[in-house]
Amino acid sequence: MTRAIITVVGKDTVGIIAKVCTYLADNQINILDISQTIVQEFFNMMMIVDLTKSVKAFDQLSDELVKIGNEKGVQVKCQLEDIFDKMHRI
Amino acid sequence: MINLQEVLETNKMIEQENLDVRTITMGINLLDCAGTDLKVTCEKIYKKITTLARDLVQTGEDIAKEFGIPIVNKRISVTPISLVGSACCRTPGDYVQIAKTLDRAAKEVGVNFLGGYSAIVSKGMTKSDELLICSIPKALAATERICSSINVGSTKTGINMDAVRLMGDIIKQTAEETKEKDSLGCAKLVVLCNAPDDNPFMAGAFHGVSEADAIINVGVSGPGVVKYALEQIPDANFELLCETIKRIAFKITRVGQLVAQEASSRLGVPFGIIDLSLAPTPAIGDSVADILKCIGVEHPGAPGTTAALALLNDQVKKGGVMASSYVGGLSGAFIPVSEDQGMIDAVEAGALTIEKLEAMTCVCSVGLDMIAIPGDTPATTIAGIIADESAIGMVNQKTTAVRIIPVVGKTVGDTVEFGGLLGYAPIMPVNTFSSQRFVDRGGRIPAPIHSFKN
Repeated sequence: MTRAIITVVGKDTVGIIAKVCTYLADNQINILDISQTIVQEFFNMMMIVDLTKSVKAFDQLSDELVKIGNEKGVQVKCQLEDIFDKMHRI
Repeated sequence: MINLQEVLETNKMIEQENLDVRTITMGINLLDCAGTDLKVTCEKIYKKITTLARDLVQTGEDIAKEFGIPIVNKRISVTPISLVGSACCRTPGDYVQIAKTLDRAAKEVGVNFLGGYSAIVSKGMTKSDELLICSIPKALAATERICSSINVGSTKTGINMDAVRLMGDIIKQTAEETKEKDSLGCAKLVVLCNAPDDNPFMAGAFHGVSEADAIINVGVSGPGVVKYALEQIPDANFELLCETIKRIAFKITRVGQLVAQEASSRLGVPFGIIDLSLAPTPAIGDSVADILKCIGVEHPGAPGTTAALALLNDQVKKGGVMASSYVGGLSGAFIPVSEDQGMIDAVEAGALTIEKLEAMTCVCSVGLDMIAIPGDTPATTIAGIIADESAIGMVNQKTTAVRIIPVVGKTVGDTVEFGGLLGYAPIMPVNTFSSQRFVDRGGRIPAPIHSFKN
């Protein structure tokens, strides 16, 4: 299973999660976990997703998610989970 | 499962604290390209580099995108060229032909530097070593991306003072050959003692003869991350201070290890080592000097600086060693002047001198690095500086290096601008008393005794 972490950081806006989730569903990407918090008035959300059945290559996926973020005025990032695992788990 | 705080911490390091992987360097053995015909040798070199490293830059960019971590440089190191060219080069000009071939190959595959225009002369110089050394000024003037390094001594062999003396002249000539660009050639030329075979950092990178045919070495960085962590504990005692640095070094190095393993498996080239280094850049917040200030000295150069640097260097190694399966290269904190805004500030404030920097090199990872000095500094004085630095490396069983730039036409009070990662530097004063009689003696300094350590 290839897992990635999608983060959304920015001012809280209506429909941002809906928009990202719809995009993921359209591309056969399963959401495994969602958590969110507000830090210093900034909306921080992370999703752990399974890319195994994704219909798009990582490169395209990542670019399109960034674009969705830009349209909504928030920062969206998609990164493979390994970088976090390696850094925070022995 | 990973939690939100951990994800935010990692991304904050990358976005706000300049965490990056400084370089993926592919080491390539060129010994099998050597032959008696210069043209054929050059063709083989070009073909081997452009074949093996064809996908290096793209792979680096792919990894950077997928993990969301910048990989600043993609580079190549090759077998010391004095060995590769020994059978076919009869004049310094022949070696320059190889340098131009390497430069073409570097441009073709898109790497920003290629290191290994080198000779290992720690005990003696062969004819081909000498020809290569004499070709350095013209080679660095005629190329853009080639880095050159000469190893003039080691703990086991002592110091080759003939080579040290010669390098004094070569540095001056390189400055002269590249005077139109503020003697930039010297920024790509380093003189080492105890040079490691697997260093991924320029200008001293070369692919040693003890290495496999091709290898991936990775240099990590992240002084900004260490600085940020220390800013959160301004009054901590040494125990907590050291623990904090170790934890951060561990995290930084794990990212390097991940990138190295990915690059190695995607390129089909074995993973060599991680170089655990804190490598500064001129960017604000990406400074080793700032860490020293956080530890508690007003400016680098103030009394206490050497101790602060010693503890920093040691904690980086302690934290990093556990995070990686293989550690090598230079591994430690770099203290270049022109590439570190905090160091530049310290020089401008009058806090930092070459003599203090020399003391700091006793406990850091390399040596006198990216220091601009007056263009009229005699070659014998430069040789004296190299001899001092080499002696520190030889006696303390560590790598030391000298990368100084006698900027033609400039003197104390002027500044010099190298651009990009190389930064800018104020010209630093050099002791004006002569070293000539010492460096002109000829021969070599014997290896030190390995017992009775004090």
